[in-house]
Amino acid sequence: MSDILALAPRFGSNSGQSLTRRDGVAKVTGTATFAADNHPDGLLYAVYVPATIARGTVTHLDVAAAKAHPGVVEVITPENRPPLAGDPDSKPFMFAFRFEALQNNTVRYANQPIALVLAETFEAATEGARLLNPLYDAQQPRMGLDGDAPFTPESGGLGLPGTTVHGDIDAGHAASAQDIDVTYETPEQYHNAMETHAVVAQWNGDHVTLDIPSQAIVMQRGAFGYYFGIPPENVTIRSPYLGGGFGSKAIINGPQILAILAARMTGRPVKLMLSRDQMFGPSGHRGATRQRLRIGIDTDHRMTVLDHNSLATTSTFDTFVESAANASQGLYAAGALRSAHQGVRIDAGTPGPVRAPGEAPGSAALECAMDEMAYKAGIDPLEFRLKNYAETEPGTGKPYSSKALRDCYAQGAARFGWAGRPLAPRQMTDENGMLVGWGMGTALFAAPMFAAQARAVLRPDGTGLVETAASDMGQGAWTALAQIAADSLGLPMDRIEFRSGTSDLPDAGIAGGSAHTATAGGALHAAGTDAIRRLAELATGDPDSPLYGAGNAGVIARDGRLHARDDDTRSESFADIITRAGGAEVEGKGSASRTAEASAAHAMYSHGAVFAEVKVDPDLFQIRVTRLVGAFAAGRIINPKLTESQLMGGMIWGISFALHEEARFDQRTGRIMNADLAGYHIPVNADVSGLEVITVHEDDPHVNPLGIKGVGEIGITGTVGAIGNAIWHATGTRVRHFPIRIPDLLTGA
Amino acid sequence: MSKKMQITLTVNGETQELLAEPRELLIYVLRERLNITGPHVGCETSHCGACTVTMDGKSVKSCTVFAAQANGAEITTIEGIGSPDSLHVLQNAFREHHGLQCGFCTPGMITRATKLLEDNPNPTEEDVRFGMAGNLCRCTGYQNIVKSVLAAATELSAAKEAAE
Ligand code: FES
Ligand code: FES
Repeated sequence: MSDILALAPRFGSNSGQSLTRRDGVAKVTGTATFAADNHPDGLLYAVYVPATIARGTVTHLDVAAAKAHPGVVEVITPENRPPLAGDPDSKPFMFAFRFEALQNNTVRYANQPIALVLAETFEAATEGARLLNPLYDAQQPRMGLDGDAPFTPESGGLGLPGTTVHGDIDAGHAASAQDIDVTYETPEQYHNAMETHAVVAQWNGDHVTLDIPSQAIVMQRGAFGYYFGIPPENVTIRSPYLGGGFGSKAIINGPQILAILAARMTGRPVKLMLSRDQMFGPSGHRGATRQRLRIGIDTDHRMTVLDHNSLATTSTFDTFVESAANASQGLYAAGALRSAHQGVRIDAGTPGPVRAPGEAPGSAALECAMDEMAYKAGIDPLEFRLKNYAETEPGTGKPYSSKALRDCYAQGAARFGWAGRPLAPRQMTDENGMLVGWGMGTALFAAPMFAAQARAVLRPDGTGLVETAASDMGQGAWTALAQIAADSLGLPMDRIEFRSGTSDLPDAGIAGGSAHTATAGGALHAAGTDAIRRLAELATGDPDSPLYGAGNAGVIARDGRLHARDDDTRSESFADIITRAGGAEVEGKGSASRTAEASAAHAMYSHGAVFAEVKVDPDLFQIRVTRLVGAFAAGRIINPKLTESQLMGGMIWGISFALHEEARFDQRTGRIMNADLAGYHIPVNADVSGLEVITVHEDDPHVNPLGIKGVGEIGITGTVGAIGNAIWHATGTRVRHFPIRIPDLLTGA
Repeated sequence: MSKKMQITLTVNGETQELLAEPRELLIYVLRERLNITGPHVGCETSHCGACTVTMDGKSVKSCTVFAAQANGAEITTIEGIGSPDSLHVLQNAFREHHGLQCGFCTPGMITRATKLLEDNPNPTEEDVRFGMAGNLCRCTGYQNIVKSVLAAATELSAAKEAAE
């Protein structure tokens, strides 16, 4: 038996099972209510006017023309915009970003809001927005990684990665027998959750109710309250379903604030739905990176130095620098290790966290560089990684809370059939004459925890109610968290009611960092344990109970009954215990977070290994990923079906990163040329085949009491590099930027 | 803006008479006027398929159909395919095989899949991947979506054989 079971004795039968998701029926029937599906009486539609320049000022808006359009009710511009209590250019709390809410007529990037039109119908609002016909005083925008002089961000804080050095970098370089010095570039990418940002705002006096997709339901109450000058409890957020988030729905944006303000101004409910092109602007994105990697190895192929420098684009008015170089921390046992970051300020919106922030582009460059180093050294890329396997966290020397990466390598390689891969490129073809290449990459993602609270109630009828304001943005939180909660109460799933997704519930923390299940699940587990402890007190202190005198530590909860630990025949149902005690509900409360001591004691990561096969047409250079095998170790798996689905989703994001996604800016106007799903490519069903996920068993007694790590983001890491390496292996052309497209192979051939 | 037109739509078997402006898109008539919110809007440019409905026997992206063009048409949305109490085989397959994550693309996926299986009751995996290539899933649940459609195809064929 593992340590974990000993730590969590009541951890029962629901966890670990591939239960079908609880929200499935609502989602397959169209009855799941997303924010924009709400339709209160008296609704007004808001459409924002996006700037069509990237830098300058708005000099004129034809408000009269817009107002004259039938159905238009109001036009909000900087001239008449009612005041906000909080300044959009302040950064008063964690996760606060500066945003545009018509505080002036300056344009800081293309697609920022410059006016808001309210109308009785969506069509009239859209037409009113068009009729505003803005005139600008435009300036030449600063664009791209060379758009301005680089700056070094201060270290610390969200999106301010700074520099980390372990060991003597110069000595590491000097000690190398062979080295490489390579530079990789990754483009700007936009979240593009299928559901665009939307809000339905309704005021009642100084209380506002928001139907809005949110990855931080309780936390955002305070944030919205700040901007509107009302206490957090006057903000109700309803976010039962999110149509994807990927980081963008954790952060407040200007259009949302304007819609809420418009509802207050007009005294009517207001609905705002961003169009797809408006998703390329005010709601964050991943900055472009240019990463220089210098790796040195000794004659035994051990890394003497891993020196990773990253330059990333950010905005002119706020700072979020993609922490790409941090991907080199924590993975390979290099003698000296440096991760350094610089930013460049351009006339684009402020970047923010996008699924696997930092790690996705960082891992892409690192894993390709590792492949280049291995080839130069003349050894197999997997062998090279094993040679530099870190037994403790490189640099800090901290032990890992758990690390089954060796098993991931072994199981992934076996399943893929890696053995016997020729070292040199362009050695393999298939029966149709396609060039075949195999590549691999290591996957790594930190296993953080935030803070969460939960409540668990045992009712006189023997059922349970559990509550925490978790966000299910598709990952399956409603299901996995309910499984944890049911186990903590010793109840089957169908006897608990799980309430989530609204801000009147205990704070489940932010749904991000791949930490939601661990954090909110930890709180639910603690709450359930607390409720059972109270119930046990009722039973063991009551002479009429068969459990009288069994002692608190001496009972376990199973299937709606408490049993004496030493004598299973002594038991009593929850309902009987509660009824005899007078019928009052038994309430437990719980919270979860990680202590500073726990963080200091261990390095905590999920790990994985990804193996890719690509086929490239030798004449047309069309690239297809034909097989992708990922083996991941991520602590205790609560629901294998959900986990596998998350990992596959991440790996497909990896395909997307490697071969498809890229926002292209017009360097003269600063506008994005492919701000739609026609030009901004993401994979479709036909782009994906041969995908396999292996979850490698891992017991982790340290990461948190439930032994849970995260799976939402790690699938991207490793995958991008594996595909890039496979393309090189198929063709012999090393492309050092993403996405890799046909022309890259044509010119390299 | 020109004059409103009187149009008739049959949506999920119910006749709807309404006055529509020439500029109104079918998706917004369904969602904002008829309160049929199963079909979603993901792009408005025909690329994502979140708004897919069946119109006169064809899969269409209702974001690029004017309501006026749909005058007289028979339209089926996800709501007309099955309900929580009586799921269509495809709906159950998507639920069972986790052919969904956030669920935003799901109504369009399932609506498209009903038509795909009607046209091709025994599709190969490749048929499904290409036949469903007009529906995007950003999350991305493609593996399980394909699994769900194939499972439903098998079940529907078996049921048909049993009936024959
Ligand atoms: S909304 Fe119609 S295809 Fe995307
Ligand atoms: S399940 Fe989220 S877009 Fe498909």
